Amino acid sequence: MANITRSPWLLHYDGSSCNGCDIEVLACLTPVYDAERLGVMNTGDPMQADILLVTGGINSQNQDTVKQLYDQMPRPKVVVAVGVCACTGGVFKDCYNILGGADTTIPVDVYVPGCAARPQAIMDGIIKAVGIFQQRSNEYKAQVKEKKKAAKKGAQN
Amino acid sequence: MGKRSVIPFGPQHPVLPEPIHIDLVVEDERVIEAIPSIGFIHRGLEGLVDKRDFNQMTYVVERTCGICSFQHGMGYCEAVEHIFGVDIPDRAKFLRTIWAEIGRMHSHLLWLGLLADGFGFENLFYQCWRVREKVLDLQEMTSGGRLIFSVNKVGGVMKDIPADMLKIILTTMDEVEEELKEMKKTFFNDYSVQSRLKGVGVLTKEQINRLGAVGPFARASGVVSDMRTLGYAAYPMLDFEPIISEDGDCYARCYVRMQELFQSIDLIRQAVAKIPAEGDLAVAIKGNPDGEYFMRVEQPRGEAFYYVKANGKPNLQRMRVRTPTFANVPGLCEMLKNTELADVGLLVLTIDPCISCTER
Ligand code: SF4
Repeated sequence: MANITRSPWLLHYDGSSCNGCDIEVLACLTPVYDAERLGVMNTGDPMQADILLVTGGINSQNQDTVKQLYDQMPRPKVVVAVGVCACTGGVFKDCYNILGGADTTIPVDVYVPGCAARPQAIMDGIIKAVGIFQQRSNEYKAQVKEKKKAAKKGAQN
Repeated sequence: MGKRSVIPFGPQHPVLPEPIHIDLVVEDERVIEAIPSIGFIHRGLEGLVDKRDFNQMTYVVERTCGICSFQHGMGYCEAVEHIFGVDIPDRAKFLRTIWAEIGRMHSHLLWLGLLADGFGFENLFYQCWRVREKVLDLQEMTSGGRLIFSVNKVGGVMKDIPADMLKIILTTMDEVEEELKEMKKTFFNDYSVQSRLKGVGVLTKEQINRLGAVGPFARASGVVSDMRTLGYAAYPMLDFEPIISEDGDCYARCYVRMQELFQSIDLIRQAVAKIPAEGDLAVAIKGNPDGEYFMRVEQPRGEAFYYVKANGKPNLQRMRVRTPTFANVPGLCEMLKNTELADVGLLVLTIDPCISCTER
């Protein structure tokens, strides 16, 4: 969390949650908890988002949508699963239409348990995600640098 | 005739965090037809009756919707209690009423905030949600959970609200009432709010009746339908009138919900005044249910049905929920016809959509 150089943007997608976790995510962004003071911002556009918050489990209807949203996000990206439904399927695990948690479809980096996940826990998850995002973007930058160097060398020879 | 095209709305959309997909057939900027497709949140929780017994189902039913969680649990429990033919203690009835009304307040505050966000009044949105946190604190204080606080069980409630907490509830009600009065001024006197809401998305009483809409959505068009008057929990012992408005536009829907907030405050005060000082919280339930029952409760979004059928086994034979938002979708599609494209987001919000209970 120490050396943040960018402000990551959040995208929130409701898988098949019961709404409990959704409104807690929203509550995180409003005055009492105010996640935006951590430098993150909520957006509705996947193409500008860096961190994806998924609530609820995955079913056959929304699987493609979740995958699409994930693919549309630019790299580096981080995924946070909010609530036990998104972690494992939760109470609905045995329902005929639930395939499981978010990690059945996309790679998940941070798991926030709870039913409904408390705003404090979600904030903690976001802070972790911001850290991971920073680390990934540093790695990514180093890679790009390396590639440029190699390309330059190639051009000189 | 202009050129027709189809614009998809959702499943992921900035106005509505929940996934519903509507294909909007537009001609220039006018919407001609709206075709919804649902199923993004379908979990199939009714099917869980095979795997969970009737007591465990309470927790599943509570997770139909995280916003009206308590009222879902209450509706289900009342249905099963009727099958058993038990009458729950008076104190439990009053406690249920108090929790139900607190839940209604937080739901309506949430909706008012989202509406303000929908027409771009960010400040008002934050105000509503700030006040809502006070109401949530009450839920947390009395039950331990912010949103989903399983206090219902078949036969009564699991937790008591002691006298000192009832006092805190009353003082919080006073505070919230003051804040609401301030907010009400902005909602009803601000000309930019008025010009955004007045005359938008009008549905007449006949249309509402034909399309079977329920709840504040129907009451805003002058239909008197409030299931609380049927008399479950402690409502028969309290004094209240359903709030209606005749205009049927977005402004009227906002008015009805705002007034219902004050009504809930009043109901909570009445309930706290009348609650029996002592008494059991639940009656013992023996054996398994046998029979069927239809229960109707008034949730923040309107009338919800619970159909429970049992045959003397621990697992129910069938449990069916029909939720208010599902009943309101036809009304929404009718309302979307012949509106401006720019109003669509706002109109979708005015039915107080809750897709997770629509699709269960
Ligand atoms: S974890 Fe609980 S509150 Fe969150 S979506 Fe699932 S059932 Fe709802």
